[in-house]
Amino acid sequence: MKKVYLYKRFERFWHWGQTILILLLIFTGFEIHGTTDFMGYASAVRIHNIAAWVFMVLIVFAVFWHITTDEWKHYLPTIKNMRAQLDYYIVGIFNNAPHPTKKRTLSKLNPLQRLTYFALKVLLIPSMVITGLLYMYFNYPLPGIEMKSLELVAVIHTFIAYLLLTFLIIHLYLITTGHTVTSNLNAMITGWEIMDDDEVKEIVTEAVEEAGMKIKPIDDENDSVGHDEIKNLVIEALKETEEKVDKKKLKGQKGDHHIHDLMKPKPKTKKEE
Amino acid sequence: MKKYITTLLLVFLSTWLLAYGNGDSPQDSIDSFPILNYILKADRNTNPSVDHSKFDILHQTFDSAQQVTAACLSCHTERDKEIMTTSHWLWQREEKIEGKGVVPLGKRNILNNFCIGTMGSEATCTRCHIGYGWKDKYFDFNEPTNIDCLVCHDNTGSYKKGKGMAGLPDPSVDLNFVSQNVGSPTKENCGVCHFWGGGGNNVKHGELDIAMLDCSPEVDVHMTTEGEDMSCVDCHVTDKHQMSGKVYALSSENKDRATCVYCHTDKPHKDNILNDHNARVACQTCHIPVYAKANATKMIWDWSTAGRLDDHGHSMHENDADGNHNYLSIKGNFVYDDHVIPEYFWFNGIAGHQLIEDKIDTIPVQMNSLSGSYLDKGLNMKSSAPSKIWPVKVHRGKQIYDTENMTLIQPKLWAPNKGEGAYWKDFDWDKASRIGMEYVGLPYSGSYDFVETEMYWPLNHQVSPASESLQCIDCHTRPNGRLAGLTDFYLPGRDFNPFVETAGISLILASLIGVGFHMFCRMVFKGNCKISEEK
Repeated sequence: MKKVYLYKRFERFWHWGQTILILLLIFTGFEIHGTTDFMGYASAVRIHNIAAWVFMVLIVFAVFWHITTDEWKHYLPTIKNMRAQLDYYIVGIFNNAPHPTKKRTLSKLNPLQRLTYFALKVLLIPSMVITGLLYMYFNYPLPGIEMKSLELVAVIHTFIAYLLLTFLIIHLYLITTGHTVTSNLNAMITGWEIMDDDEVKEIVTEAVEEAGMKIKPIDDENDSVGHDEIKNLVIEALKETEEKVDKKKLKGQKGDHHIHDLMKPKPKTKKEE
Repeated sequence: MKKYITTLLLVFLSTWLLAYGNGDSPQDSIDSFPILNYILKADRNTNPSVDHSKFDILHQTFDSAQQVTAACLSCHTERDKEIMTTSHWLWQREEKIEGKGVVPLGKRNILNNFCIGTMGSEATCTRCHIGYGWKDKYFDFNEPTNIDCLVCHDNTGSYKKGKGMAGLPDPSVDLNFVSQNVGSPTKENCGVCHFWGGGGNNVKHGELDIAMLDCSPEVDVHMTTEGEDMSCVDCHVTDKHQMSGKVYALSSENKDRATCVYCHTDKPHKDNILNDHNARVACQTCHIPVYAKANATKMIWDWSTAGRLDDHGHSMHENDADGNHNYLSIKGNFVYDDHVIPEYFWFNGIAGHQLIEDKIDTIPVQMNSLSGSYLDKGLNMKSSAPSKIWPVKVHRGKQIYDTENMTLIQPKLWAPNKGEGAYWKDFDWDKASRIGMEYVGLPYSGSYDFVETEMYWPLNHQVSPASESLQCIDCHTRPNGRLAGLTDFYLPGRDFNPFVETAGISLILASLIGVGFHMFCRMVFKGNCKISEEK
C-alpha cells in the first residue's frame, strides 16, 4: 500500500470551494423555492446571489486551470471499463473485489465518474449558470427578445437543483467506497491517496514513460539508455520505498493513524499539519 | 486538516456576513436615502410673503361670497382663467377610454357605487365644488365670480360651505376674517372634501382620513405631525392651479400622475433586488400594507335595503359594534372595516369606466376596471410602463338599475323639500328613477331592480414606515400569500411545477433508498458475499 499525490492544491481548493458554494446554493435555493424556511427569504436571496457570483468566478478559474494543465482530459467520457466499474459497484464491492479502474495521475477518474462529472460540468452546471443569469437579469430584457415568463427558466433551474442534490447524495456515499471508508475523503483533503502497490507501479511506469518521452529529444544519442536508466532508478527507488513501507505498515489499524504513518516514508516531503 | 476546516469556515462565514451586511435597515433615517424635489421641514421658510390683512379691499363689507372672489381677482387678475380649465372646477376632463373614444369624464357625469352620482342632486353634492351656485345643470362655468377661492385658500380653518347650498358658504362664516388670512392650501383645505367623499370620513378612499391631520407615523409616514408633517400639495405639486396627480379610480389615461419616484427616485433602496421589484410592483404595494389605519372605511354598500322607516315613519340609522353606520334608511346597509388588507391587481394606469349610457354586460357591474396583466410588458405594453402589481380597495355595492334597458339608473336623491321626488325625502325608487333619468335625458322603462357592482380604488396614501412595509415572505410564500389571487405569472417561492417537484423528490428518495440499501449490504456481507463470489 502506498500513498500517491493525486489531487493538486488548486484542484482541492476548487473541489471544496465548489462544495461550500453548492451547499449554500442548495440550502438558500430551496428556501427561495418555498420548500424550506430556515434563514428568511431576503437572506436566502442575498446569499444565493453572492454565492452564485463567487461560483461563476471559481468556474472561470477552474476552466483556465483545466485547459492550461490538460486536466480536462480526465473528464472525457469513455466506455472502456464502464461495465467493469458498474459490476464492481453492483457485485464486487460486497466481496472485496479490487477496484477495476486504477487511479493514476494521468487518469484518476473511473468511467462512471468521467461520465457523471462530464455531464455535471458540460450540462448541469452550465445550464444552472445560464438559467441563473436569466433569472437574475429577467428584469432587464433586450428590446424584442424579452422572455414571456420566468416559469420555464425557474422550472429548469429547480429541476437541475434536484438533480444536483441527487448527485450530492450519491457522491457522498460513493466516496466511502475507497480502500477505507475515509480514504477518498482524505485524498481530497490532503491530496494523497492510498493505493495498491500494483497501482503505484503503474503510475510510476507511466510517469517514467511520460518522462522518458519528454527527455528523448534532448538527449538523442543516449535515448534508449537514458530511458531505461531512469526507469530502473525509479523502480529501484520504488522497491526500497516498498520495503520501508512494508516494515511500517500497521496491519489491522484503521483510520488516521494508518494514513499518518504511511505519509512519512514518501519520497516527496510533506508538511505536517 | 484543521487548516482546511478553518479556511472553509472562514469562506462560509464571510459569504454569510457579506449577505447580511448588505440590507436595508428599517431604522434608516430620512438622510440615508435619496430625496429629490422636496424641502425638508427643518429647512423650510414658512413666513408668508404677503399679509392679506393689509389690503383695504378685504376690509370692505361683503354682501356675498362672489364679492370676495371679485376682490381676489382684482389683484390676481388671470387666475380665474387657470381655474376654469381645471377638473376641480369642471368636475370633468377629457379622457380617452378604450373602445369609447375621447369622453368628458368626471363627477359631473360618472356613476359610482357610493352615492351613485351627482346629477339631479347637485345642490347638495356641490358643497364640495370649488364654486358658488352650482345647483343644477344650468350652472355657468364661465362666470369668474362663481369661483370659490376660499375653500382652498382659507388658512383660518373657519371657512365652511353650507349644507344643500350649492357650494355657497355657511352664513356663519366671517368673510373678512377668512379673506384676510389666505395662503397655500393646507391639508385641512383638501381634506374637507377629499376626506369626506362618499358621505362620511374615510368612506370612499379608505386612505384619506381626517385622522391624517394629526397622526402617528404608523398611519401616514409623510403626513405625521411627529415627522415631516407634509401637506397634500407637497406631493401634488401644483403649477398654475393645475395639480399633479388624479384619482386612479376615475382616470382613463396614464398621465399627470403624482408619483413616489418624483421625490424618492427610482432607486430608493440600497438593495438592488428591491429596486428591481419596481419594474413590476408599485411602491404602494409593499409600503401600504394595510389601509383604513385610523378610522374604518366603507367596504360594502347595499342600496336595496334602503327605505325601511321607523314606527313613526321617520328615517333612521343603526350602528355596528364599532359605532359605524350599518344601516341608514336613505342609503341602505353598509359594511365598514378598518386595518384592511388590500386586494392586488395588475394595473398600468389605464382605467375603463361604466358610463351611464353603457349596457350592463357583466355582473357584478364593473363601475371602473383597471387595465393590466402580467404579459402587459415589453413589446406588448399598452401604457408607457409595464403593468405593475397594485394594492387596491375594492368597494362592492348593490345599486339600482333598469331591468329592461339594462343600464344603471341615476336616481334623484336629494331635493330641499319632500314631494319633489328625491329618494332621500320621499323613499320612492320609481319616482326618483323617473325624475333622475329624465334629468339626464336617458330612458327609464319603469322596472328596476338592484344589481351587484364593484369599484376599484388603487391605494396611494397612508404610507407606512419602512419597518412595517411588506416583507419578501408576505408574497413569496406557498399558501395564502398576499398575491395568491394573481395567478397569471410565475412567482418564486409561491409557484412550482408539480411534475418537476414529484420527479425531483422521487429522485432524491430513490437515491437515498439505493444508497441506504447498498450501504446495508456492504455492512452485512463485510466483503464475504457468497453470491457475488459465485458470479
